[in-house]
Amino acid sequence: MKIIFFLALSFYSLNCFSGVEYKKFDTPQQEESYKILIEELRCLVCQNQTIADSNAELAQDLRRQVYEMLQQGKSKDEIAEFMTDRYGDFVLYNPPFKAKTGLLWLGPVVFLVIGLVVMFFVSRAKKSNKNIKLPNEKLEQKAKIKNLLNNEDEK
Amino acid sequence: MLKYLTPLALFSVMAVFLALGLNLNPRDIPSPLIDKPAPDFSLPVLGQPGRMLTKHALIGDVWILNVWASWCGSCRVEHPLFNQLAKKKLVTLVGLNYKDDPKDAKQWLAQLGNPYAISVMDLEGRTGLDYGVYGVPESFVVDKKGIIRYKHTGPVEPNDMKDILIPLIKKLQAESE
Repeated sequence: MKIIFFLALSFYSLNCFSGVEYKKFDTPQQEESYKILIEELRCLVCQNQTIADSNAELAQDLRRQVYEMLQQGKSKDEIAEFMTDRYGDFVLYNPPFKAKTGLLWLGPVVFLVIGLVVMFFVSRAKKSNKNIKLPNEKLEQKAKIKNLLNNEDEK
Repeated sequence: MLKYLTPLALFSVMAVFLALGLNLNPRDIPSPLIDKPAPDFSLPVLGQPGRMLTKHALIGDVWILNVWASWCGSCRVEHPLFNQLAKKKLVTLVGLNYKDDPKDAKQWLAQLGNPYAISVMDLEGRTGLDYGVYGVPESFVVDKKGIIRYKHTGPVEPNDMKDILIPLIKKLQAESE
């Protein structure tokens, strides 16, 4: 039973292997650019995968396009531009800093600043709490408590 | 008072962002092609061996490029709407038969009706790539000058057709060439 279970599970995992594509490059630089580009481009069907990770048909097409453009001697920037012209900035995992993507880039900094400001005020409020003057009534109570505690210790 | 209002305010801001996030469709990626010239293509016509269609043949017409395939399930959902639209003769419907087997494609049209004035075959998906196609079906509305004015990703629903596509087509038909 265990063996059947094991086999069933291991066959299931076969689905996860992506096909190995053989690509021949003229120069090592080209191969390097290819590897970098396919790690930086998003597969739009599977959204949270790069086209290097994904085996969706669209990812295969995009890889083929990247490969062919490199073969034609296009630069990395030219290929990235080709992709954004068609699919928009969303296709890049590392989108450029623009008015449209400003919130994306600055958001975390804004939250950090808000956090620091809040922390500053909270800690200041705590400090000033210690120096608050107690009304007479409370002071008497405090003295009484102290007295009682001291007496307790002596016993 | 402030003590109670601050968390409420923070919560409201967060709720607004989360609500917006929930209502956004992550599949709806804004196309950078809107208000840009439709990419050129030269593709073989489905069912007419030897004949090619280019974008330039369509200049002067308002046309819809509908990306479809016989293997695409949701294409069946929107197909009756395009059949109805074809009957109204408001617009030239051009089918982009995307990565399909021509035999299956012809059979599909014979079975479900053919609303397209013409269908072209994009066997390798290269024209699809130029149009930024990432999920079939997709529809592009192109004006008389050959500029893409609207893109719909996914199957067209009846209210998309009634409230968006048809009014837009009528507006574009009224524009000069």
